Amino acid sequence: MTALWAILLRDMRIAVRIGGGALMGVLFFLAVVTLIPFAIGPDQALLRKIGPAILWLGALLASLLGLDRLFAADHEDGSLDLILMGAASLELTVAAKGLAHWITTGLPLVLAVPVLGLLLDLDPLAIGAVALTLLAGTPALTFIGMIGAALAVALRRGGLLLPVLVLPLTVPVLIFGVSAAETAVIGPLMFGTPFLILCALTLMSLVIGPFAAAATLRQGLD
Amino acid sequence: MNLGPHAAFILAAYAAAIVVVAGLVAWVILDFRAQKRVLGDLEAHGVTRRSTALKEPA
Amino acid sequence: MALIDLANPTRFLNFAERVLPWLVAATLFAFAIGLEQALFVAPDDYQQGATVKIMFLHVPCAWLGMFCWGLMTVAALGTLVWRHPLADVAAKAAAPIGAAFTFLCLFTGSMWGRPMWGTYWQWDARLTSVLVLFIMYLGLIALWRSVEDPGRAGRAAAVLTLVGAVNLPIIKFSVDWWNTLHQPASVFRIGGPTIDKSILVPLFAMAIAFTLLFLTLHLAAMRNEILRRRVRSMQMLRVFADEDMRQIESRA
Repeated sequence: MTALWAILLRDMRIAVRIGGGALMGVLFFLAVVTLIPFAIGPDQALLRKIGPAILWLGALLASLLGLDRLFAADHEDGSLDLILMGAASLELTVAAKGLAHWITTGLPLVLAVPVLGLLLDLDPLAIGAVALTLLAGTPALTFIGMIGAALAVALRRGGLLLPVLVLPLTVPVLIFGVSAAETAVIGPLMFGTPFLILCALTLMSLVIGPFAAAATLRQGLD
Repeated sequence: MNLGPHAAFILAAYAAAIVVVAGLVAWVILDFRAQKRVLGDLEAHGVTRRSTALKEPA
Repeated sequence: MALIDLANPTRFLNFAERVLPWLVAATLFAFAIGLEQALFVAPDDYQQGATVKIMFLHVPCAWLGMFCWGLMTVAALGTLVWRHPLADVAAKAAAPIGAAFTFLCLFTGSMWGRPMWGTYWQWDARLTSVLVLFIMYLGLIALWRSVEDPGRAGRAAAVLTLVGAVNLPIIKFSVDWWNTLHQPASVFRIGGPTIDKSILVPLFAMAIAFTLLFLTLHLAAMRNEILRRRVRSMQMLRVFADEDMRQIESRA
């Protein structure tokens, strides 16, 4: 257990230190939420209507952006090889890294929602709904994304390959996340269904992500 | 054969199918010829695969 | 000769060479029947008119797009679980063919949609899921091409294929759900409330013809891939042989 705890703390410390990877995600989130009204127009009513969708899209893209941080830095300085050779289970280690990544990248996005929601003139109920669904959904984005991050880790010219691989897999999370956020506003009675499915997707990703990522890392770095 | 008022779309669909299938067939055939040619060149230059080299008398 | 003997690439090449001509003949024959059925025998649909003939292309292509991913999934298991030597060859050969048929499914769907819906595209549940599938195909092909070593590329692609296979039903379900949430149900069905036999027979005929076409193309592509790997290993041998010669000569 101490090994996993050590990895968790180490990754969190690095994320906060180098390049402020944690805050970069929030800044990108802000940038996207600011850009969209430029494209759509300042129509308050329209922005309020699609506000939950804008917030979810921004959070999705911001999550995606931070994913290559998951394995790339470790791969470059060789610590990934050490991790692979280590005694701790690779799946659990990768899960610990994913948890650290979510705490430093995903969670700040959730905390930024109240502020950004004000930019889109959302009422407190809508803001709360978006924040809750993002809280439930951003772990899924991180853990699904880690599969793409593992696949792309050895590719120097990875570029946009990682997002292209990950985005189709995140479609269900996006659909149910936005749907849950919207039905919370329209009618709380329907909120349960999409929200529970969202939670189910997250739970599944917590299992599938580490297994797939670990398998990839093992195969790819032989 | 009367294709009705939307004949253009029906024809476009079948034309696309022909183009795509022809493209796949062409890819498969041209790739085969290219690989055969390169293999022939390599063998002409005396490069052999391990399994054929082993069969030759020492 | 047992199926396991085909794991040997040389034996597989011989097998492919013997079987391909028959497959080509069977494909041509099946298409002759299928096209005759689809173009001349099938009646016009009471709702869609002659555009139902597009369905005879669209549905088989949709079926092939999914069948191909299923085939690649089995191949992926072959690579990762059973370490079958030709599994990743099968997977790599299948991907572009599956992507092509998925694209054709989207295009024919669009051609069918324009007369029916009035637009070239609509975020209909089926078409949208196929669009996501198409993007996944392209991502997979990009992954194949981004790793130099075929073995490593095969293993990475195998993981992605399996993850995709698990996700595809989930994506289909989500898109279905999303679609019913945002649109009233107005489903165009081929031939009315239930598919009439006069439409079903040409559909099956075309489906069989397309499947034979896929198998033919796949077998030929596998053959090409095996040859390509031979070329690669021989070229590497030649580089080493040249290097050896240079060292011998420089010492002499």
